[in-house]
This record gives sequence, C-alpha cells and structure tokens, in this order.
Amino acid sequence: LPAKPKLYYFDGRGKMESIRWLLAAAGVEFEEEFLETQDQYEKLLQGGSLLFQQVPMVEMDGMRMVQTRAILSYIAAKYNLYGKDLKERALIDMYAGGTDDLMGFILMFPFLSAEDKEKQHVSIVQKATSRYFPVYEKVLKDHGQDFLVGNNFSWADIHLLEALLMVEEKKSDVLSGFPQLLAFKARISSIPAIKKFLEPGSQRKPVPDDKYVETLRRVLRMYCDVKAN
Amino acid sequence: MAGKPRLTYLNGRGRMESIRWLLAAAGVEFEEVYLETKEQYDKLIKDGFLLFQQVPLVEIDGMKMVQTRAIMSYIAGKYNLHGNDLKERALIDMYVEGISDLMQMILMFPFSPPDAKEKNLESIKERATNRYFPVFEKVLKQHGQDFLVGNKFSWADVQLMEAILAVEENVPAVLSGFPQLQVFKSKMSNMPTIKKFLQPGSPRKPPPDAHYVETVLKVFKK
Repeated sequence: LPAKPKLYYFDGRGKMESIRWLLAAAGVEFEEEFLETQDQYEKLLQGGSLLFQQVPMVEMDGMRMVQTRAILSYIAAKYNLYGKDLKERALIDMYAGGTDDLMGFILMFPFLSAEDKEKQHVSIVQKATSRYFPVYEKVLKDHGQDFLVGNNFSWADIHLLEALLMVEEKKSDVLSGFPQLLAFKARISSIPAIKKFLEPGSQRKPVPDDKYVETLRRVLRMYCDVKAN
Repeated sequence: MAGKPRLTYLNGRGRMESIRWLLAAAGVEFEEVYLETKEQYDKLIKDGFLLFQQVPLVEIDGMKMVQTRAIMSYIAGKYNLHGNDLKERALIDMYVEGISDLMQMILMFPFSPPDAKEKNLESIKERATNRYFPVFEKVLKQHGQDFLVGNKFSWADVQLMEAILAVEENVPAVLSGFPQLQVFKSKMSNMPTIKKFLQPGSPRKPPPDAHYVETVLKVFKK
C-alpha cells in the first residue's frame, strides 16, 4: 500500500475538499485518483474497496477509509489537530459540525436549477450571516485568542477557514460585519502549510463548474433532479 | 459534582433517540425536557442555550452540547465505547456514519408527502438490505466475535442495534437474509443495560406518529 495517503474522488471539491484541506494543513502530502468514467467507478465497487459503495475513499495507514467524518476525525487525531482532551475535542466537534452544516448548503448548489440557485444563494448568505458567522465571531471575541479551541491550532480552525472562503465566493463582502472573522481569515491563511494550499498549483480544487456536475451525474448516475434544502 | 445529563428535545425519537440509546447502553441515567411549543423553543434560543439555534441539546459536564455527532462522540469517549486506539475509533466512526445515513432516511420518512411514502419505504428497504446490512453481516461473519470492533462492546454495536430495530418496525422481515445480524440482535437485547432500555417505562420513545410530526412542524415553524 502507498506510503502517502491516496484519495479516490472526482476531480472537484464535493465531500473530499475538507479532507484535502485538513491533510494540506497538517503538512501531509497525498496522491489522488480522479473518477472520470462509470467503468472506473464500477471497478472500485467490484473490487470491494468502497465499504458502503460510496466515495470519498482514502487509503491510508493500511485502511480503506470511507465516510467523510470518520476520515476527518482520524486525520485530525493522528496529526494532533483534535484538542488535548475530550472536552476540547467536543468543542472542536461542535464547531466543525456547524461549519459542516453551512458547507452542506453549498455542496448541492451546483446541481440545482438556475431558479433554485438564486433562492439557495440568498439562503446560504442569510444562514451564514445570521446563524453561523456570529457564533465564531463571538467565540473569538470572548477569549481573544488566535484559534477557536484551547489556544491551539486545530481542525476547527481549518474547517472554519474553508467555510469562510466558500461563502465569500458566493458574496465577496460577506465578512464585512465580522471583524474577528476577517482577522482570523488573514491569520490562518498565513500559516505556511495553508498559504501553500491557497496558492495556484496546489491540490485545492476550484469552484465546481458544469464539467464537474456532468462528470458526477454521469459516473454516479445520480443528482439529476436535486431540490434546494 | 455534576448532576445527570439533561436532554432537551421533543417528546419523540428524532435526532435525540440515538443519544438516548447510547446513554442508556452506557448505564447513564439522564433527565429530559420536552419542547412542546414554539414559544419554549424561541425562549431557548433567546436565552443563548442553542449554539446554532438547533436541538438536540445535551447539558453534560458543564457543557451545553449541540450537534448530534459531537454529543455522541463525547459520550462514547467518556464511557469507553469508542475503541482502544485511533484505528479502532476509525472503524467505529465508519460504521456509525454508515448506519447514520440509513437512520437519516428513517428520520425523514414520517415527513414524506403521502404520494412519496411508498417509494421512500422501498428505498429504506433497498438500502438496508443491499448496502448496509450486508456490510455488518460480513464483518460479524469474518471475525466471528460478538461485537463489531475490537472484540469489545462499543458505540457501533449500539447504533447498529438501534438501526436494526428501527428498520424492522417498517420492514418486519428485513433480517430474514442475515443470520449473523439475527444472532447479534439477540445478544444485544440480552445485554443488561440494553435489555432495560427495551422494557416498557424506559426513556426509549415510541415510533413517530401523526402527533409527533405535527409537534415538530409546530415547534420549528419559521
């Protein structure tokens, strides 16, 4: 089995992007195999490497891991990005749960009809600015520290940065009412491993386009009739 | 000394039921507060109890915990139901997350529009019998042990047990092709804490009915 983790997914963000972020932030090099055809996907299925017949799948440390949350938790713990005790881990899980829900609204966005996209766009910005951003703004303001949990860089920080940038892609001035988050964004973006990931040529994937949508629909034979959530 | 954990949710299963199962299986007594009106829910939000304005809420060890997964991870970790090392934890997480996808279908089922109910039930049956149950049947067959991971009772066993019973309520003969799961179900039913939870009068909630659906829609109305 390969020494570097190997990621099996489409050549696009989807559910694998948070895993790419976390590995990159942990300074871990990884390989990727991109699913482009139904045959490739069938082959993976027949080969028995997809426990629940789904991707993402990450081969690492002798395991074929599936289920995004399980993979993220494993990587976070392995690279000391999961807090120093159960209570810090609980906080990290809570915060990551929130950013995960927020990013979940954006995940299905490319598959919506043009009309639903407009509605969802409004909904994403509204949820971000009224439910999620205020929480993290307050956490940072209350303790005045650089990182969300335990005065230490953790998965929660990486996940929040990913979410902030994703929402900004939808509305470039969305952080204007959140000074703590603006400072947080600048600070975390300048961490060397993250700075590198944000530069062109890294394994970070671009905003999903029509080609990505078409590939997913073709390979998985799914997501052809998605409604807004 | 911290009191018992306190759960705030509706008087029904929903997303809180897996947490009730896990606490009960760990032998932990807990209290419950039931949301019955929109006003109660709005007050909780106004008073700053709900980090993301959502329930489940579990007050435990001085924390106001939200986010179902975060809560269960904490409980599993605290009560030694999350494996002996990182790799066991990874396996448990994979199994729990898979089952949780199935449970999500069951969670949403009572809210199906009438013309989609039959199709959704068929989906639950299809996924259970073709995607999820075969995985755990194979895991149990391959290692021949009583529990899914590390030869030790864990969160994964509790979650699987909950899922089996939940699917069976909707698809009665669903375990007919799964002998290992039948044995598993029987063994889990006889574990003292689970046996107690399965008896009448326990905190276990009944299957969702029309009244429960109505309450959900009323309390969470925008």
